Amino acid sequence: MRYDPELCRKCQSIDCLTRCQYIKLDLAEAKEERLKIIEGKDSRVLRECATCYACEEYCPYDNHPFYLIVERQEQLKLWPAPVPLTKQQIKMMAPRGKIVPFKVNKPVVNLCFFPMLAGCIRGKLFEGASVISGSDIFCNLMWLHFAKSSVIKERLPQMIENIMSYHLKESRVDEIICYHDECYGTFTHFARALGIEVPFKSIHLFEYLAKRLLELKSQIRPIKAVVAYQRPCSSRLIPETERWLEEIFRLIGVERPERKYDRENALCCGTLIRAHQRDELADEIQKKNLDDMKAIGAEYCVFNCPACFFSMREMVQERGIKPILLSELCQIALGQGLGW
Amino acid sequence: MKEIIKELQKIVGEKYVSNHPEERFIYSRDPGTMEPAEPDVVVMPNSAEEIQRIMLLANERKIPVVPMGGGLVLSGLTRALKGGIVLDMKRMNRILEVNEKSRYAVVEAGASQGMLQSYLKKHHPKLKHSIPDAPPIATIGGNVLIHGSGHISAIGGFHSEMLNGLEVVLPTGELLRIGSCSVTPYWFSRSPLPDLAGLFLGWAGTTGIVTKLAIRLYPDWKFNDVNVFLAEDPEITQDAIFRITATAIPEDVLAALSPKPDWVAGFQMLSVNYGAESKKELILKRDLIRESVWKYIEEKTGGFLPLPAEMKARFMEAPQSQLARFADVRKGGGFEYVGAIMPTELFAQACRLGIEIGERRKVSYSLGARIIGMGHCMMFFFAYAFNRGDKADMKRAQGALEETNERVLEIGGIPWKAEVPAQKQIIRKMDPKTFELMNRLRAMLDPNGIMNPGNWEL
Repeated sequence: MRYDPELCRKCQSIDCLTRCQYIKLDLAEAKEERLKIIEGKDSRVLRECATCYACEEYCPYDNHPFYLIVERQEQLKLWPAPVPLTKQQIKMMAPRGKIVPFKVNKPVVNLCFFPMLAGCIRGKLFEGASVISGSDIFCNLMWLHFAKSSVIKERLPQMIENIMSYHLKESRVDEIICYHDECYGTFTHFARALGIEVPFKSIHLFEYLAKRLLELKSQIRPIKAVVAYQRPCSSRLIPETERWLEEIFRLIGVERPERKYDRENALCCGTLIRAHQRDELADEIQKKNLDDMKAIGAEYCVFNCPACFFSMREMVQERGIKPILLSELCQIALGQGLGW
Repeated sequence: MKEIIKELQKIVGEKYVSNHPEERFIYSRDPGTMEPAEPDVVVMPNSAEEIQRIMLLANERKIPVVPMGGGLVLSGLTRALKGGIVLDMKRMNRILEVNEKSRYAVVEAGASQGMLQSYLKKHHPKLKHSIPDAPPIATIGGNVLIHGSGHISAIGGFHSEMLNGLEVVLPTGELLRIGSCSVTPYWFSRSPLPDLAGLFLGWAGTTGIVTKLAIRLYPDWKFNDVNVFLAEDPEITQDAIFRITATAIPEDVLAALSPKPDWVAGFQMLSVNYGAESKKELILKRDLIRESVWKYIEEKTGGFLPLPAEMKARFMEAPQSQLARFADVRKGGGFEYVGAIMPTELFAQACRLGIEIGERRKVSYSLGARIIGMGHCMMFFFAYAFNRGDKADMKRAQGALEETNERVLEIGGIPWKAEVPAQKQIIRKMDPKTFELMNRLRAMLDPNGIMNPGNWEL
């Protein structure tokens, strides 16, 4: 992994730990814990990490503090989730070897492990799009939540190879649209940090939507609603995509007012915290997050991550806010009905 | 038989008597592995009085009578082994009374689980009954009489323990009541009287015909949740059952393990269902359940799956439709299981036994257990699916079932709603004095031996 311990040692602010929303550490404590992590020793950070990825964004040197935490957890066998849960999930999401080659056309939308969302790829917004998905092209980044970098390292090269050889190469296509932040983060951030080569270009869904909406601008009917955005963990790897999100919201005529738990202070959806058996913490952050959404008068809670969407949609609804995937919100602005 | 059929038609009406080959074929079998046995005639009575008249006739002419509910027992208990009459109770399906204050319902014996479930939802939404994981057309009467269990068994025990009283027609035609209803207008309990219900529970219809019954109802909670505990060591799951049931919170605790799909192989999933009147109470209950197995969470050897609401809904479904999917996994509509009633302390041993038999005999199998009471015992199921159109496949399943019954008895369990061969296996293990008493009671109630002959016999 591309990680420089010297950069860490010299860092004075230790943003990765002092800004953590889940572990309270003052600067002195952060220094102590940082040293333990660098030296591969047990640290309360390794035991209490909520695996929210945020420290990857907070690090001013792009030195991958979160990837290091995960590496250390795995080395020291400090499993954040019960072992049977991790083992079962890894088995469940293993490549099935059932991928079949088929020709694709641009734009090629990668739905990752969420084939059930295929209905979202429709209409003017995705005209002529091909969809790829399934366990054989699954990015596998989620194992960061389970202290299992080794699984990602083992599976990712094959996934990349599958995307190329089963879909892109024969079709002479060299780019994919990543519907999920997780895939985009994997191909553009994690793979780079690990030195894994990615032979195709990854385009984030936000960039694709923003550009497409611009082309369809005359057909947009502004939604005129206040929205809260549920930022997913993997977007912490790719904060540069935020500007596209702002552009989309502007184009479809929704307002995303400032709120406490958005942008760099975004809170986890809670799913993985529950997998870590920390229900009280998950309850607490979900409540804070929903109260915050309610306080700005959000009509919609917009998700891009399907996992966040599936885990939070009922509770969002209970609070009188409409849960919606970003691409579906764009479909509404274009006068299309909900497809999923 | 022609004359008998005419007599029966006089009692229940022409429409409700049939000796047509189609009917006799359908009533000769159930979806299990037992060989078909045809009745001479099928009768559908509409009242206790009609049943009394049928029984007087059958007793006088010494015609076998096999009472039948939904016909879904799977172990062939409603096959007419000696011919005679199959008495299909499905027309007697009225819901007679729901007492909200004392939480019980009085139903006719042919009322189905689905009927009562929807009736309560519509008219008494704060109450529910314990539903077995059977198709909704399974009857309440049939399930109670076979000592069934269901979605509230972790609180209420076997469905036969939720029974408050019975109305019965004896093989000799007398109609009588058992329980509080024999003394007062209320069907609230079998206590404090001598408990005569035992003369009809678990006898596979060999002692009389139940026409009405009262069962307990339970609060239908405003908020419901399920926690699914996952472990890969059956000993841990067994201890988790012990700990979780000790909280006295869950309404239902159901363990499941299966070799397929491959990602569930080697794991045990324990779903723990509970409800509450408020969200706050629900969270408190969740935390108490989690606390009970904290040892394993801390050790990282077990824990609860983080399930989205949609998936939780599947676990909270009553009856669970997922189980039906396994029932037809081999296609061809064949499915049977050994439901062994056994002490919960045998859970891990039963898991190992089921895996060993399933793997060695190369049958499609699925294992699990519904916990009865606070871990007092369990109904451990060794389920085998087979293709009815494939004789060899069916034979394999039959072999697995027979061996499972034998091995269950060896380790200290008792096959539930046992097929005739399993009944014989049980009798051979039984204290001979017990079997002698069974025979004396049976002879007293059914002097001509007309009730479901061939069952509970050596």
